[in-house]
Amino acid sequence: MTNALDQLFVILKDWVVGWFPAGWQPFVGALLDAMAIVAVFATLFALTTWLERKGLGRMQNRYGPNRVGPFGLLQPLADGIKALTKEDLVPRAADPVVHFLAPLVLVVPVLLAYSVLPFGRNMVPLPGCDAGVLLFFAAGSATELAIFMAGWSSRNKYSLLGALRAIGQMLSYEVPLILSAVTVIMIVGSLSTEKIVAAQGVYHGWLPGWHVFTPWGFAGFLLFLVAATAESNRSPFDLPEAESELIAGYYVEYSGFKFALFFLGEYLGLFAVSGLAITLFLGGWQAPLSFLTWVPSWFWFFAKLLPFIALFIWLRGTLPRLRLDQLMNFAWKFMLPMALVNLVAAALWHWLGAGLARWLVSAALLAAAYLALGRAVSGAAKMPQRHYQLAD
Amino acid sequence: MDWAFFILAAVTLASAVGAMALRRLVHCALALALAFAGLAGLYLQLGAQFVGLAQVLVYVGAVAVLIVFALMLTRNVAAATQPLGSPSWPLGLAVAALAFGALVAAILSSPAIQRPVRELPSGTVQQIGIRLMTDFVLPLEVIALLLTVALIGAVIIAMQEERSRE
Repeated sequence: MTNALDQLFVILKDWVVGWFPAGWQPFVGALLDAMAIVAVFATLFALTTWLERKGLGRMQNRYGPNRVGPFGLLQPLADGIKALTKEDLVPRAADPVVHFLAPLVLVVPVLLAYSVLPFGRNMVPLPGCDAGVLLFFAAGSATELAIFMAGWSSRNKYSLLGALRAIGQMLSYEVPLILSAVTVIMIVGSLSTEKIVAAQGVYHGWLPGWHVFTPWGFAGFLLFLVAATAESNRSPFDLPEAESELIAGYYVEYSGFKFALFFLGEYLGLFAVSGLAITLFLGGWQAPLSFLTWVPSWFWFFAKLLPFIALFIWLRGTLPRLRLDQLMNFAWKFMLPMALVNLVAAALWHWLGAGLARWLVSAALLAAAYLALGRAVSGAAKMPQRHYQLAD
Repeated sequence: MDWAFFILAAVTLASAVGAMALRRLVHCALALALAFAGLAGLYLQLGAQFVGLAQVLVYVGAVAVLIVFALMLTRNVAAATQPLGSPSWPLGLAVAALAFGALVAAILSSPAIQRPVRELPSGTVQQIGIRLMTDFVLPLEVIALLLTVALIGAVIIAMQEERSRE
């Protein structure tokens, strides 16, 4: 029974695919996978917009949406209808083809990235992909081009400035993002997401053997999380769309459903990168405690994804936006050296073999690097004390 | 299988022609990015996952972005550039035809094309990694050194600019 529940969606898919002649079956299977991903994550996107507005409202002492449906739950639906029926404005000076293509180039690669995420046991849309993590990052790298297309084709200085900021930021944070993922690939010895999840399927007593519970994994997870926030242009790294300076950055000149597509692409990218963080560091669909393995595996994936979404909303409500020089200094002077030290720590962890020594050595190395780098960066950025003319 | 090849080949060739023939520089850069992506698709279709995905990551994700970034910073890219015709056109065509002919002749006469097709090797990513770290470790290190030198050079150029401004 538990097994059937665990494999519910796999059985369902096989049953539907069984209706079709053998020649069609691979295409029907792929189509079903794609439909499931689009349906589930677009719904999650709709719910997240509602949750985000409600949560931010709570943090800012206001109600948030509460007019449409109970607790404003139908607000995403109303927003969707609004986006579909709005006039699609294209500036006269804009480059129409590139302006039209930009939202598509943003959303399609993001959806492609989902093809290697293991949502549950035997639930990888692209099974047996030898270079899964690489596919994820390759798909993600196309979004920079889409942002450039949007910013350039609008013929608007704010769009262009937003695109410049976005590309600079994404290029800078892509380096620590990939380097922190490389530690896991080094330890597991495979780029395949299925093998990475399988490698974390051991339990020490009750406790799981996830990568986040090792010194290098913990540091890698935090680095990955910060870099992922920056990659998906979320607050506090939302300079590219800073409302108060750039109106909305690279998508100022988009309206109607194209604007909604930019939002969709941003949130889908956020979910995808959270899913990769779960896969790399938090054991994928593995249960958090050994006696909970009877709960279906897909439940655990989503149970781990939702706290990520809540965390990102919380961060957005809490932290002020960074300045551009702070952003770049943080990426190149702290994140990058830290990620490189983390690689060394992971290598030491591998070569020292089982025992207490590897815990002490890699933890000490990371702690020393953290303290030294923190001192160096904050020391370099020391500023004279400010004097306010009227307040002092 | 063949259909995938024909579609990818057509997209790659069309966008490569577009990269040369389009009037606006940004359109050319975007067409070039599409050509890179089409090439990656061809690698993937041949079963070379690592090469194909690395092609996307490096060429579409880095090289194309670098090109458009440079375009954005250097000149007024909105204006259409010079007309397509140029006095050196026939000469260029002749050189291109010669180079293409030489390449085709070299490929057709090479012993590699007569060799029977072998089974695709399994676990290719791991094999590439092992080969890179054993047989090809010297070229790898030389390239790494070259890239580091280029990186340090770029930093030094940027630093000098700052000093002269003070």
